[in-house]
Formats: sequence, C-alpha cells, structure tokens
Amino acid sequence: MSTLVFLEHHEGELQKDSLGVLAKAAQLGGDVSALIAGSGVEGLAAQAGRFGAAKVYVADDPALEAPLPQPRVDVAADLVRRHGFETVLFGATVLTADVAAGLAARLDAGLNWDLVDLAREDGKLVGKRPALDDTVYVDVGWKGEPRLALIRTGTFEPVESPAEPEVERVDVQLEDFSTLAKMIEQAHEESEGPSIEDADVIVAGGRGLGGPDNFALVEELAKALGGAVAATRAVVDAGWYPYSTQVGQTGKTVAPRLYIAVGISGAIQKRSACRVRT
Amino acid sequence: MKIAVCAKAVPEQARRIDPETKRLDRSGEQTLNPFDANAVEEGLRLKGDAADAEVVLFSLGPESSLDALRKALAMGADRVVLVTDEAAAGSDLVASSYALARVLEREQAELVLFGQQANDSDGAVMWAAVADRLRRPLISQVAELTVSDGAVRGKRQTEFGYDVIEAPLPAVVAVSDAINEPRYPSLKGIMGAKKKPQETVSLSDLGVERERAGESGSRTEVYALGEPPPRGETQRVEDDGSGAEKILEFLLERKAL
Repeated sequence: MSTLVFLEHHEGELQKDSLGVLAKAAQLGGDVSALIAGSGVEGLAAQAGRFGAAKVYVADDPALEAPLPQPRVDVAADLVRRHGFETVLFGATVLTADVAAGLAARLDAGLNWDLVDLAREDGKLVGKRPALDDTVYVDVGWKGEPRLALIRTGTFEPVESPAEPEVERVDVQLEDFSTLAKMIEQAHEESEGPSIEDADVIVAGGRGLGGPDNFALVEELAKALGGAVAATRAVVDAGWYPYSTQVGQTGKTVAPRLYIAVGISGAIQKRSACRVRT
Repeated sequence: MKIAVCAKAVPEQARRIDPETKRLDRSGEQTLNPFDANAVEEGLRLKGDAADAEVVLFSLGPESSLDALRKALAMGADRVVLVTDEAAAGSDLVASSYALARVLEREQAELVLFGQQANDSDGAVMWAAVADRLRRPLISQVAELTVSDGAVRGKRQTEFGYDVIEAPLPAVVAVSDAINEPRYPSLKGIMGAKKKPQETVSLSDLGVERERAGESGSRTEVYALGEPPPRGETQRVEDDGSGAEKILEFLLERKAL
C-alpha cells in the first residue's frame, strides 16, 4: 500500500494532528510519503521524517504562501496522478477539508470524512465514522483508488521514529481558477497557553456564564490547572470569545485528558465534540 | 445578480440508518437543513431591494424534499430547482457534486452559496468539490460577506483566527452559521411560497450519465453499522462545602492533573 499524508503547517511548525495521521499511516504499513505545500517550507521536511515519513514531497512556491485550498488541490492532484498513491490522508481542519473535497472532485475519488480510526480488515482499508451525533459507528470503505480520508481532530498521536527522509521538490503548476481567490489579510490571534487542540486540560465556558466578563472565572480556572479556555458556539456567536476557541459540532473536536464545562447545558453537539483520549 | 443557494432537505427527527440499505432513513418528515437557512438569509440580504436580482435554491433529493425546501421560498427565495431521480439515490460526494455542478452550470449564477454543513451526514465538503468542478474560486467558513465591483470578500474563520479573502465573481462561498440570524418566514411568505416556481429536473435533463450517479457513480461505500465504544461510569458530586475538595481528589486519583 502506498499512502500520501498531507501535512498542514502553521508558523513554521507541522501541525500535531497531521503528524498523528502520519504515525497512523506508518502503523498501517506500506510506503508512507508526506506532502508539504507552502512557501519557504523546505526546512519542515526533516521534521516530517522524524514522525514516520520515508519520503517527503515539498511543494515550495510563493503562490502557496497563503493557506488557501485550491492551489493545494492542484499540487496534490498532480502528485497523486504521477505516483499513483493508493491512499491520501488528511488531518481534518478548515483548510484540509476543502483540499480533500476539491481533490475528490478532481480525481473522481472517494472521500470519507470525520474518521476516528482506520484499519486493515480482510485486506481492505476500513474507516470508522461516528454518525448521528456519535450514536452509531459506521464502517466505511472505498470502491477504488485513490482512497481519500479526513481524520477527525485529536484522533491520532504523533509517534517519533528517527529517520532521514528522502526529500523531493515538486514542480508547482496551478490552474488558472485556483489562484483567483486572494488572501487580503491573514490574522494571527495572540493567545496565551496551549491551544485547545493540544491542551491536556480544557475549561469550556457557555451561555450560562451570563456575560463576557464572567469568562475571567473560566480563564482563572484554566490558568490554575495549566489548561486552555474553550467556548461554545452560542458564546462565540454572541462575540464573547473568539471562534478559534469554539468546540462542538460546528467548531473543533478536542481530546483533552480533562474537560471541565462551565455554564454549558451539555447538548449533544458539545458532547460529541469531546473524546476521551485513550 | 443571480445568487444560487445550494440546500438540502434533512430528516426532522428520529434519525436512523436503515440497516438494509445502510442509508439514512429519509421516510419521515423532512426539514430545510438548518445550516442552509444561513445561506438563504445571506442570499436574501445580498439581493436586498435590487429588482434584477434573484435568489434560486438548488437541491438534490427525492421529490418530497420540495415540502422542506419551500421554507426557503417562504423566507423570500424566488424559486427552487430540484434535481430528483431514482438513479441518484445513494450518491456520495463525487456523484452528488457532479450532478449539482451540472445543474448550476445550466443557470450560470454569479454567486453560489452553501451553508456550513449538512446536519444529517455532518458533511462539510460539498462546496469545495462543486467549486473544483465549476472551476471557480472558493471561500469557505465565511462569517462576514460583502459583494462589490464584481468581487466577493469574505472573512473566514479558521483554527488560527480570521482571514480576509477576496475573489472575483463568479465564485463559490460557504457561509458559517455565525454570519447571520435567519429570518422566520412570515405568514404572507408561507402563503406565497406555494405559488413560486418549483422545478424538478431529472439526471437525463442535465445530461448526467447513469454511471456517474447514485451508487454506480459513487466511490465510497458503507460496510457495516456498529455500536459506539462504551463510555465510562459517572459519579455525581453535590456540594456540601467540600465539593471542590472531592473533585480535586477524584481528579488527582485519576492523574487528570
């Protein structure tokens, strides 16, 4: 089996979820390659090697500077066509979901999303997908290759396996329509402490806090426990807290060791967004 | 300006997966996917009072979907085009996006809007597939949208904060549920909805080959349905003054801190 893992990066760091997916791919066996697309990203290849990629394809081009999906579809499609990867895996984020879906259309390839596990069963690759608010687990598969999959946030942990990857630079050729969308302003939110995807402890605040000022209580508790602050959709929509902290069906799925909910009703959307890491 | 809104009828409640077909049971009452109401609302807002603007709803599904989609007409959308065909049942992303792209090509809307996700399949992928098939620029997860001088500008929510992205029209935009508060249809709107044009088209009307639709056009499949992994036991602590201590003890015992 040959697998390509799309690695997302932010501010010079490969994202933990991407590396977790890479570790899973290595565990499933076969040839595991990684794709890093961006501008000035060559240095990230060695990092990918340390987490299980035998080969790293680097698409380094100023046109890939902004984290926009469509140019990345072009790069990934070209790579898959040339090398015939059987499986292409993505750790799900706002960016990679668009890349994976665009790639599915481009290659007429099957895409399964929101997977919480991957396994080989009777020689077939099977994905596990929670459905209907996580009340049912569905075994999903692909009718042909390439098989594309988006893995739910926080599902797999990175595993270090020191190795020197083979690095290959790939040519970047973009479709005319792929470069029409332009990044005007890329925001960087200043945040203290761990991000909610990486945090072992999360204190989440909801509408029940009564007002934005009371988020100070949540922040205080998070600080005392060395954790991160999260917020519900209602609170984010009301402008009390930024979207980057939103958990739930329409926000992030988190996998802390400890999750404390404050002023949250415990609606199914919130529970389905939190998994206990095992 | 012609604004297309892609929408979906989803089961209202009692959602279950049919163990025979392994497809979602769509036999009960259907409703407009709540996330699509945000896209309808945004389309109506952009249309405003412009006499030459039109908001057209596009959907894929059984004919009974029309009842649910009429809610968008009651909100103020001008007409609905439903692609309905027995051969399209069981379509996955690849097959659905192909049929949707064909019907959208026919109408040539300047702006194609999507809601944030489908609340039945939890899918949040359709727009990117459709944008690729239409070869149009894409902006997704948009929390603020403006259209001017032939371009669309969106404030996009990401894990790292907000990005501002601009694209020339024609373009595809998926809006976040934070973008607006969808209006409730008025009584007059509900009464008027029934009289608005509701067109159904078949796959052959669109020139979609049978082998590109339904299960034969799909590239994914469902093997089995199972139970979710069990959750641990719960313990309830009521505060009698020592609540904090008990919780701390519990957490330390489990090395959660």
